Amino acid sequence: MNAIKLWYHKLGSPPYFYVFAGYIQPWLWTIAAVLAVAGLYGGLVLAPADYQQGDAFRIIFVHVPAAWMSLFIYGVMAVSAFIAVIWRPKMAEVLAMESAPIGAAFTLIALVTGSLWGRPTWGTYWTWDARLTSELVLLFIYLGVIGLYHAFEDPRQGARAASFLAMVGAVNLPIVHYSVVWWNTLHQGTTVRYFGPSSIAPSMLWPLLAMTIAAKFYYGASLMQRSRVSLLSLERGKDWVADIVRGEPTHG
Amino acid sequence: MARFLAMGGYAVFVWPAYAVFILVLAADVIATVLRRRRVLRELRSRIARQGRRRGSVSP
Repeated sequence: MNAIKLWYHKLGSPPYFYVFAGYIQPWLWTIAAVLAVAGLYGGLVLAPADYQQGDAFRIIFVHVPAAWMSLFIYGVMAVSAFIAVIWRPKMAEVLAMESAPIGAAFTLIALVTGSLWGRPTWGTYWTWDARLTSELVLLFIYLGVIGLYHAFEDPRQGARAASFLAMVGAVNLPIVHYSVVWWNTLHQGTTVRYFGPSSIAPSMLWPLLAMTIAAKFYYGASLMQRSRVSLLSLERGKDWVADIVRGEPTHG
Repeated sequence: MARFLAMGGYAVFVWPAYAVFILVLAADVIATVLRRRRVLRELRSRIARQGRRRGSVSP
């Protein structure tokens, strides 16, 4: 227990986090890339065409992982934002603020790929269905958090304001998740379950899970990369940053 | 191969979806790499300025 507490406090220190993030980053990229290659091969080549949707169903392998990530990253961002507002450690602010653009990217991917999937299966690119609308609202909240963060001269003040918005915006998460249950929508319900049997064939399920885990590792890798840059900028007056800048090759 | 690329007639929906997935994530990574370069450049000139100032104090 003490070891975990010590580790938590160490990671809360920017120079230690910078080194730690640099150390784990290549591993996160590698795992994400290997899983993505396996998932793409399984999804595009090995999995058979769907008996109803033909090959159009293959969009699932990018759409569903992106949609799940849009909610997962918001959850991580909201928890970091909560910690940032209550206890004000700099690292929580950095993790919350650097999560927002990655979450926005996945939300955009979910919306666009969903639209490209909707056209052949539903006959329309867009409809004001509860799931689609709440996911669009999610994108706007992400953009609001990013915009508010950059609207302040002082990044710490900006991070605090944007963290508040991120916490308030979390009410949208259950709305997105349960929209297919609460409203009678065009968007289909859940087919992949943690508990109980999933209503999807194993040859389609494993590439989907591989892509999902790849997306999680991608998020980790991108967050580490972003947080390192953010720390260099935020801690610019500190000696540890000067030491790193002197040690970096000039093209870096 | 042509059969694979045709995606059973759904090529115009499937491939753009995969392209968006890859391009948006690539943009996320490239934006961060460029930001890192910019931040390092700023920090380098900042350190150079401080070095000069210190140099002028002691002749």
